[in-house]
Amino acid sequence: MKISEDAENIIERMWVHINEEKNESMDLTSLGLDDKSPAVQELLEAENIVLSDTHATLSEEGDANGRTVVRRRRLAERLLVDVLNTKEKHVRSSACEFEHILHRGIDENVCILLGHPRTCPHGKEIPEGECCIKAREELEHVVASLSALKKGQCGNIAYFDMREDKKMQKMLAMGVLPGIPVKLVQSYPSYVFDLNHTRYAVDKEIADSIYVRIERD
Amino acid sequence: MLNFLNKKSCCSVETDTPGDLERIILVGNPNVGKSVIFNHFSDSYAVVSNYPGTTVAISKGKTKIGEKEFEIIDTPGMYSLQPITDEERVSQNYLFDNKAYVYLHVIDAKNLQRMLPLTLQLIEAQVPLILVLNMMDEAQHRGVSINASRLEKMLGIPVICTTSINGEGLDKLEDAIAGYSFQPGAGNVRYSKGIEYAIDSISSLLKSEYSISKRSVAQMLLLNDKLAYEKVKQNNEDTEVIRRIVEGTEKEYSDPLNYTITVERQNYVNEIVDPVMKTDRIVYQKGIETSKENKNSLGQRIDKLLIQPLTGIPILLIILYFGLYKFVGGFAAGTVVDYLEGTLFGEQINPWVIENFNAVVPFPIIQDLFVGEYGIFTQAVTYAIALIMPLVGAFFIVFSIIEDTGYLPRLAMLIDRVFKKIGMSGRAVIPMVLGFGCATMATMVTRTLETRREKLIASMLLALAIPCSAQLGVILGVLSFSGTALAIWAIVIAIELVTIGYISSKLMPGEKPSFFIEMPPLRLPKLSNVLVKTYSRMQWYFLEVLPLFVLASVLIWLGRLTGLFDIAVRLLGYPSQWIGLPAEAGLMFFYGFFRRDFGAAGLFDMYNAGMLTEVNLVVAAITLTLFMPCIAQFLVTVKERGIKTAFAMATFIFPGAFAVGFIVNYLLTNFGVVL
Repeated sequence: MKISEDAENIIERMWVHINEEKNESMDLTSLGLDDKSPAVQELLEAENIVLSDTHATLSEEGDANGRTVVRRRRLAERLLVDVLNTKEKHVRSSACEFEHILHRGIDENVCILLGHPRTCPHGKEIPEGECCIKAREELEHVVASLSALKKGQCGNIAYFDMREDKKMQKMLAMGVLPGIPVKLVQSYPSYVFDLNHTRYAVDKEIADSIYVRIERD
Repeated sequence: MLNFLNKKSCCSVETDTPGDLERIILVGNPNVGKSVIFNHFSDSYAVVSNYPGTTVAISKGKTKIGEKEFEIIDTPGMYSLQPITDEERVSQNYLFDNKAYVYLHVIDAKNLQRMLPLTLQLIEAQVPLILVLNMMDEAQHRGVSINASRLEKMLGIPVICTTSINGEGLDKLEDAIAGYSFQPGAGNVRYSKGIEYAIDSISSLLKSEYSISKRSVAQMLLLNDKLAYEKVKQNNEDTEVIRRIVEGTEKEYSDPLNYTITVERQNYVNEIVDPVMKTDRIVYQKGIETSKENKNSLGQRIDKLLIQPLTGIPILLIILYFGLYKFVGGFAAGTVVDYLEGTLFGEQINPWVIENFNAVVPFPIIQDLFVGEYGIFTQAVTYAIALIMPLVGAFFIVFSIIEDTGYLPRLAMLIDRVFKKIGMSGRAVIPMVLGFGCATMATMVTRTLETRREKLIASMLLALAIPCSAQLGVILGVLSFSGTALAIWAIVIAIELVTIGYISSKLMPGEKPSFFIEMPPLRLPKLSNVLVKTYSRMQWYFLEVLPLFVLASVLIWLGRLTGLFDIAVRLLGYPSQWIGLPAEAGLMFFYGFFRRDFGAAGLFDMYNAGMLTEVNLVVAAITLTLFMPCIAQFLVTVKERGIKTAFAMATFIFPGAFAVGFIVNYLLTNFGVVL
């Protein structure tokens, strides 16, 4: 259920107050509101908040809504600063308007456009959206150590651990170099893989230090 | 006709060839068929097998190509001019110290991309060079075709295609060698600015001449190569300035120089290989070619079974059961030895020799030396031929077959995890298995292991707990009266092996072993290769044991004349009695000092004479297995590991063997175990 801008502003404040500033509940009187205010009424009807006396807490749905409002606001700030080059003093007011425009779908697009930023220009964390989680997982799955590959998985060598001189020399001698195609044949009791036309068996320490850019099906 | 019979010696033993013949030197990665080419040309034989690292030292031979005689040299496999293991260092050292008529760089054609960097390094070194694209059959099988003439133009050196295993292309190689004249190769890599600058500055500092180009020496120095620094120091070059250049260049690059240079060289190689090599992919899948034919071939299916623990371990046990227990322990130690020792020598040859010798030489003292109870002929020669040869021969046949199929790297891969627990990598399985043949030979092969620590642990365990084939054969034969007896022996030895390995891996300082091994495709062993290899190993073995056996006979003879023999045997009689054996068993341990197998032969004699009870047999077998490394192995250990280490091992092993024997005897008798 879509809620009004005023109601969004309230749950945004509440979400920050409760989740980031670690308070139990929010005293509505501190916002100059009471249970008769129309926005509060709206939130109560939408079962976004629970009221006891003048203290309000977020329901599960309210928490989720608050989170997306905060996310949209901070994304808006990033957009204004990073892309539209807005001056600092205008950011806050513009963002207030922007955040209500960025509805579901659009906020994801902005997030992707901005490269899934983790913080707003003021250094506060931007709550992760689904798109961020997906992007992170993909990144993790694009490059993995040889030991993390599944049997039969293929890819190309991305890079390898070069901290130990001797170990590195061994890799170079084997022909482990960026870009060389590799396929994991077996992972127990030792790691067996095809490197171009040569088959090698190595132990876990070596398999751990070779990273492979996995080719997707 | 077995024409190999007139080939000289074997087994990576350095043999000196007289004269100042011009040299042909074989270099290349491990397992590309250098030794096969060597054997084709040479009058001596190098042991060839389908696993990396067989040639542990330089083998030399003579050959005639065209009208000219050459010395031909096989070097241990090396991956690049910057060595990692001792075997590679041997090759690098050789390159530094010797001028050659021509180098043959042998590579596996299908792996052109991976092996060409070494060719480029050799071209940079400006040595006379022919590139041999070997194993063309396997390349063709995988749909790889190479435009050799184009490659030849790009590199500026002769390129010859061969399939050495069936002799294809070797005539062309011969022509190329005969008609070779030096031409500096064209494939010179240009590295990035900073590296080129460093190489130029270092080479301009080098004042002396080297057998390889200054550019090449400079590159090694840039990579902090130990040997290069040594050589340069010997020539009184200014190493201080060189070091400063190296340090400056290292700072310029964010990645290690070794890495940067290798990547730049590889990029250059890729540019060469791209237009030269074509792969017809029947099924091209994710960067790795898996042609239908290959995927479903019998070899690959067997390979799969061998490397999966679920099927691989049962297969290993089957191989051990039939290969070792049935063939060596049953057939060779039983049937063959019974016939040779009991019938042929015991009833026919020896009585005839004794009779005739005594008739010709009427002096009892001399008679005693040659045909007496411990005589050179009646004991040393009889033992060597009738008892030891069949056992060792049988073992080496099995080992050579297993070796040629390419099973050993697969075994190493299966066992690596277990071996890590006792301080060694899977690679050590090769000397360990070979140790079951002859621990002396195996101690030499520990050279292929990477770290000092691993070599030490491997030589230690070889000296301690691995019975050689003669011992094994005799013990399997002697203990075959009861499965329990055999099991007790095997378990005690295994416990000792694991415990000592585990303790030494915990106590010994040094790097933990790391494991990598190349797994060549499985091949069907060639009968001729197996026979030649078995023959040359047995020849080596025979030349190794016979003099020691004879020496033992002579010493015993002297000892008996002077009475020292009785004292020695009586002294060894005490520990024998402590472990519950009759005092006469001292004789067996006395033999054991000379050769492990000689001790086993002594055990065999006492068993035949019915001097030992069942418990005695088990205890004797255990003590003898754990007993002192024999003189031959001891000498090799001294050579490979140093005299201090060797003595330390001996002082630990000798009382250790009797202590374990004592415990086993105590337990077996006190618990009244019936075998």
